[in-house]
Amino acid sequence: MRSWLAQHLAALRDALRRLAAAPLSSLLSLLVIGVALTLPTAGWLTLDNLRKLTGDTPGVQQISIFLVIDTGKREISEIESRLRASPAGSWRFVPREEALQRLQAAEGMAEIIASLPRNPLPDAFVVTPTDARPEALEGLAKTFATWPKVAHVQLDSAWVKRLDALLRLGKLVVMILGALFAGALVTITFNTIRLQILAQAAEIEVAKLIGATDTYIQRPLHYFGMLQGALGGLCAALLVSAGLHLLTPPVAELARLYGASFALRGLSASDVIVLAAIGAALGWLGAKISVRIHLRRIG
Amino acid sequence: MITASNVTKRYPEGREALRNVSFEITAGEMVFLTGHSGAGKSTLFKLLAAIERPTSGSIVINGQNLAALRKNAVPYLRRKLGLIFQDRKLLFDRNVIDNVLLPLAIVGHPAREALRRAQAALAKVGLPNREKTFPIALSGGEQQRLAIARAVVNRPAIILADEPTANLDAASAGEILEIFRAFQQVGVTVVIATHDPLLLPHLRPRVLCLAQGEMSEEHELATGGVAP
Repeated sequence: MRSWLAQHLAALRDALRRLAAAPLSSLLSLLVIGVALTLPTAGWLTLDNLRKLTGDTPGVQQISIFLVIDTGKREISEIESRLRASPAGSWRFVPREEALQRLQAAEGMAEIIASLPRNPLPDAFVVTPTDARPEALEGLAKTFATWPKVAHVQLDSAWVKRLDALLRLGKLVVMILGALFAGALVTITFNTIRLQILAQAAEIEVAKLIGATDTYIQRPLHYFGMLQGALGGLCAALLVSAGLHLLTPPVAELARLYGASFALRGLSASDVIVLAAIGAALGWLGAKISVRIHLRRIG
Repeated sequence: MITASNVTKRYPEGREALRNVSFEITAGEMVFLTGHSGAGKSTLFKLLAAIERPTSGSIVINGQNLAALRKNAVPYLRRKLGLIFQDRKLLFDRNVIDNVLLPLAIVGHPAREALRRAQAALAKVGLPNREKTFPIALSGGEQQRLAIARAVVNRPAIILADEPTANLDAASAGEILEIFRAFQQVGVTVVIATHDPLLLPHLRPRVLCLAQGEMSEEHELATGGVAP
């Protein structure tokens, strides 16, 4: 067990030594791998931010029930009891005063509202349905519309559907991009390992002649691929973070102009670890294929 | 220790390098394998080191038949042999001690013990205090000593050497053979393929002579080199 661990450590040291032995070419490989991983990562992050922008819980939609102006307390509680009896989901009553206050808080609205003679807003209920399928939402909206004192039922399902479809499309694009660049990473590793094997042909031949197993010879090469992939992943994390850093001020400015507060979500520590792990796995794969093909020719 | 029976090696292009070669080498013997160049010495060396396999016949080393050896068992067999190659196969991008440490690293020896062993091996072949030197800075004789140190660092029971005195002057060649002699005296079986077995007649080694792929004669050098 100890000797097994020592052999792995030795192989890792060997791989590190080889990476450090040719700093320029190592750096170039890392950059190429970094760029290859940056594009899908950036795409994924963009989708993630878009999803956040459209509500913290994607897919959950709301139905707004606007009541006739000057609906009495009794009628409101009547609707409340109807909602309670129906299996619609959770709901919240928004009194017209609260709605007005919220509108006033919004950018540029305060003056307009101040100029109004009286509160133009109705009382409303906001329903968060448990069943978010579009057909179920339509059915609920129709039912609500038949209730007394209901002036208007608003369901933004068309808009939500469109955005959802767009996000799904984006996800597909990111996945295709990811697969393409994963292939690129495997190819890059394949080639660097091929060069490594060529450069070490003498050493590999001698080691085989004096009793090295295939595992012993392959191990440092596998580590090399893994290390290169993992470092490339870290490189991608660095590139993405730098890009986000550049984008953050203009995005904040844009959000401010729309009267919203929105901050781009960057890469978390676990994202960085996942990215490095993906890089390592792909690097290992590339090394494995390359070793299998090229080592056969020696010895 | 080593038994070859009816060993034939035919190469794909049709050339027969060895034909029906049989011999036996017992533990602790020192044997010279001689013959003109092209007689099959190097082929026999490759068969004994499991670098190549016989077309027919069997070679048994330590009870293991090399002709039937599984491919993944070959490394473990090689570790029991001390192999010295004609072109030495030293690694010129590593210093002396790292060259000697390589077999121990392959086996997975703990670093400290490995270093001690490598230093002992270098002392035994007469190359102390050259640990940090690179092979390119060594003379031919010294490079050969380094190759021997690397071969014996794993303490093999059998040493196989292919033309270890080639390209060495008589004095250096004599010194190299004395080193082999010293290993034989502590019980190691030594097989040396060489075109020139007369370097150390006082050693009285057994000589196996190959001619055109066949074992032509077998004799004790001390008896005059003529008896069949």
